[in-house]
Amino acid sequence: MKGRVLSDGVAEGDAVVLSEPLSLWGGLDPQTGELIDAHHPQRGAQLAGRVVVMPSSRGSSSSSSVLAEAVRSGSAPAAVMLGEPDLILGVGAAVAAELYDKQVPVLVLRPEDRGAIHDGMPVRIAAGGQITLG
Amino acid sequence: MLDGEAGPGAALAMRLVLLAADVLQADRLIPITRAHVDSCLYHGQATLDFAQRLIDGGAQVTVPTTLNVGTLDLLHPELWRGSPEVAERGRRLMDAYRLLGCRPTFTCAPYQLPDARPVLGEQVAWAESNAIVFCNSVLGARTERYGDFTDIACAITGRVPDAGLHTTDARRAVLVMRPAADVPPDLLESEVLYPVLGIVLGRRAGSRVAALDGFPRLTEDQLKAIGAAAASSGAVAMFHVVGSTPEAASLEVALGGGEPNAIVQVGLDELREARDGLTSARGMRPGDPIGAVSLGTPHASLAELSAIADELGGERVAAGVELLVSTARETQDLAERQGILTRLRDAGVEILVDTCSYLGPILHPSALPVMTDSAKWAYYAPGNIGATVVFGSRTECLRTAVSGRLWRDPTLWGAA
Repeated sequence: MKGRVLSDGVAEGDAVVLSEPLSLWGGLDPQTGELIDAHHPQRGAQLAGRVVVMPSSRGSSSSSSVLAEAVRSGSAPAAVMLGEPDLILGVGAAVAAELYDKQVPVLVLRPEDRGAIHDGMPVRIAAGGQITLG
Repeated sequence: MLDGEAGPGAALAMRLVLLAADVLQADRLIPITRAHVDSCLYHGQATLDFAQRLIDGGAQVTVPTTLNVGTLDLLHPELWRGSPEVAERGRRLMDAYRLLGCRPTFTCAPYQLPDARPVLGEQVAWAESNAIVFCNSVLGARTERYGDFTDIACAITGRVPDAGLHTTDARRAVLVMRPAADVPPDLLESEVLYPVLGIVLGRRAGSRVAALDGFPRLTEDQLKAIGAAAASSGAVAMFHVVGSTPEAASLEVALGGGEPNAIVQVGLDELREARDGLTSARGMRPGDPIGAVSLGTPHASLAELSAIADELGGERVAAGVELLVSTARETQDLAERQGILTRLRDAGVEILVDTCSYLGPILHPSALPVMTDSAKWAYYAPGNIGATVVFGSRTECLRTAVSGRLWRDPTLWGAA
């Protein structure tokens, strides 16, 4: 499968499929990679090094900064896959790539492709948004 | 600019604006006349590294640019109760954006600064959710939802993608919201309804543009309260109020000649439920002690500062209770000149500028709840600073601050 590229890169990791949208600001501890939003059903999940799959991002425009800071500290997701385009995360990943030369691909998937990815599944992403499962 | 002719900082900014155009699927960039930048609030070393990269690359803003709140009140730094290291980093970031040519306004309500208000139809790049929604809805100027890094990139390039709320089509209402018959006329004229209505709007509209119909002519401060709340509970970046906002002379105009997807009636039960959801302190009754009262989120206007001084009417805040009002440093100066500030200080009011009391450790540590008239403050303070919150009208807040005990106006919300 192939995703629409918001921010390009190469990555691999196990999928963590979030049932609800997450705002990284207030939702991700950029120093530890833990999901910290008290209202999110998957509070406590570890997102560092994982391929985070979620319906959409949510809320604050400060999420760009939180993603870039997580990349700097080495606690960012390996990649982010969304159900709809999101400028905030795309720019956060692009700035991190500029500053630290580390890529976190941010992709938009079609609903049927997103549904084919299950929690814990190994995911590989090649440049240009090409995705291989397993 | 992209090829580095204007320096590596401007080239980086242009790469980010072009990425934004790609994400928003715009086929061209258009010029802007102003920007409002939120990137000056510290969120870790990466935020400092980015600003430094722009400074080292010789970047400067090319349009008049105001700054949103920072971590610290630079004029009253003693109010900060957190780590000195975070304060120092917050201050460095605020200074960095000054060096990029931004005006050190440090306010989330740039629309209250007389010379920073864009006019109807003006294309701008604003960040900060409440400012974005005010800009689009109340001023009729046009901005998309810009956030950290993108905001300063637009200010440096003077360009934005021609997409979203910059285009006429995206600004038309697709949803109509009306008060149901059981909403009392007195409540429609009150201040306290509008932050609560904003919460309902955000939930109902999500990211869609709605037209509110059947409301009296609203003041700027009421419209500000709707927008700040709707941008907290939802992703609202624009709404219309028929008869009050500039692109809604009539419902037909607000709908742009189209048909709405839905018409919803908002009744008293839904409003009361939204109101109660803003109070996280459980089981509070009139007469129970309150530790602090926080007003001015978004930053208080001059009219609000004046109304607070008038309502206090020479009474003093109770001993052991903190009454904190956040505003812009420039609004504080105006209030000083008009004698309002002295009246507030004499009443025991603490003024906070350049930042907001829900962003960091500023209020006195206390196990008692904090009362506020702001839906946005009530929405974010529990998660950000661990406060338990009681929501009420400004008058309820002020009478509570004076007595130190929760006071409720039994006439405000009909029978309950």
